[in-house]
Amino acid sequence: MKFLSDKALERLREGAETPDLAGTRYRLLERIARGGMGVVYTAEDENLRRRVALKVLDVPGTDVNRLIREARVLAALEHPGIVPVHDVGTLADGRVFYTMKFVEGKRLDKFIVSVASVPDRLRIFLRICDAVAFAHARGVLHRDLKPANIMVGPFGEVLVMDWGLAKILRETSNSAGEADPEATIFEKPKQTNISSDATEISVVTGHGTVMGTPRYMSPEQARGDVEHLDARSDIFSLGRLLRFLLSGKPEVVPIPGGHRLDKSLAAICAKATEAAPAERYPNVPEMALDVSKYLDGLAVGAHRESTFDKAGRFYRRYRFFILLIAAYLAMRVLILLFMHR
Amino acid sequence: MNKVLLGLLLGAVLGAVDGGTAWFTPEVRPEMAMIIVGSTFKGLVGGILIGFFARKVNSVPLGILFGLAVGALLALAIAAMPDGLTGKHYYVQIIVPGSLVGLIVGYATQKYGAAPATTPATR
Repeated sequence: MKFLSDKALERLREGAETPDLAGTRYRLLERIARGGMGVVYTAEDENLRRRVALKVLDVPGTDVNRLIREARVLAALEHPGIVPVHDVGTLADGRVFYTMKFVEGKRLDKFIVSVASVPDRLRIFLRICDAVAFAHARGVLHRDLKPANIMVGPFGEVLVMDWGLAKILRETSNSAGEADPEATIFEKPKQTNISSDATEISVVTGHGTVMGTPRYMSPEQARGDVEHLDARSDIFSLGRLLRFLLSGKPEVVPIPGGHRLDKSLAAICAKATEAAPAERYPNVPEMALDVSKYLDGLAVGAHRESTFDKAGRFYRRYRFFILLIAAYLAMRVLILLFMHR
Repeated sequence: MNKVLLGLLLGAVLGAVDGGTAWFTPEVRPEMAMIIVGSTFKGLVGGILIGFFARKVNSVPLGILFGLAVGALLALAIAAMPDGLTGKHYYVQIIVPGSLVGLIVGYATQKYGAAPATTPATR
């Protein structure tokens, strides 16, 4: 008996997965990646003659109506930091697909390597917060915030991608929906088995129960406590994301010889990633406000400063001004010495 | 704090300090009060000018240059007047610190002064 190689199996699987777009206005171009709920391809919209990203949802047992309703709600998230959904439909084989704006850019985890300055990284983070806060205001939780789901476009635009695992807390008035979406969307998983060697891959378990990515998901999300998830679950992921942006790792990992995170920034990360949701920031704007305060050289709410910390922050904020005054005084002393020679 | 007010306050404080350092020159000590008042007034005038410039032109390098120029010119005007007691001119002692005070005020107004609030467009 002859066994197929892994490579051959992968090719066969890809072939079987390749969506048949006959009957749609899209022409398949190439496969880009696999997301939490399906595979993303590039396709050409033959009517409008533009490239789009086409995501085919292929999680077995997923309620098609729910996904379509979800796509409608996500389409209502019109924000410069959220990839817009253009279209939603069903393939001949019954699988649901979305088309979205095709973003040519770099994933945040790749892009951040080229961004050396902490303030620039924080500004990127604030733009992510802006998009997530907007979604929360519209009653949508992302639930899978991680560097791989953030794209930075060629003009520096920051886009939050992959809303396939989103939880719709409430539907906005202009979206279609008859029943309470929460009641039908989520079901508590029978068992969550998250390995300690955390992975970057989104985990989907059970009967359509979306879990997220272990290293970035909140404890309540990891427990499968989907009924009680709220904005603070995304805040946990944002805290991990912030730590990743600042230290290259989402968790607190002491790096021998590595530079320590600034106390205020470490406190922001710590507050956002508290195990108990009540201990975290109550909403994204409050977290963003603390980050903005740090950028402006002000005291952050998450960190109680000592006098020494305050003096250090004052010096960092007014460094150049203080140096100018010192230069002035030094020059004055020099003139006096020169006069008294 | 708005840029003009910041320029005015900083100019006055630094001007007063600048004038106060004349105490270290014993021969002009009898005129200390006059020197401090004059220096403070010079600082006020310079600060207002630099503050108004900062309100019109939003650029740290230009603000620093303008501050330096205004500080130097005002200090030159003062230094051109001979000392009442000694009859000597103290060009270096007045122009160099005066210019640096102008530079500091120019930088501070650009960097830390608040831009005037814009009124919303009305129909």
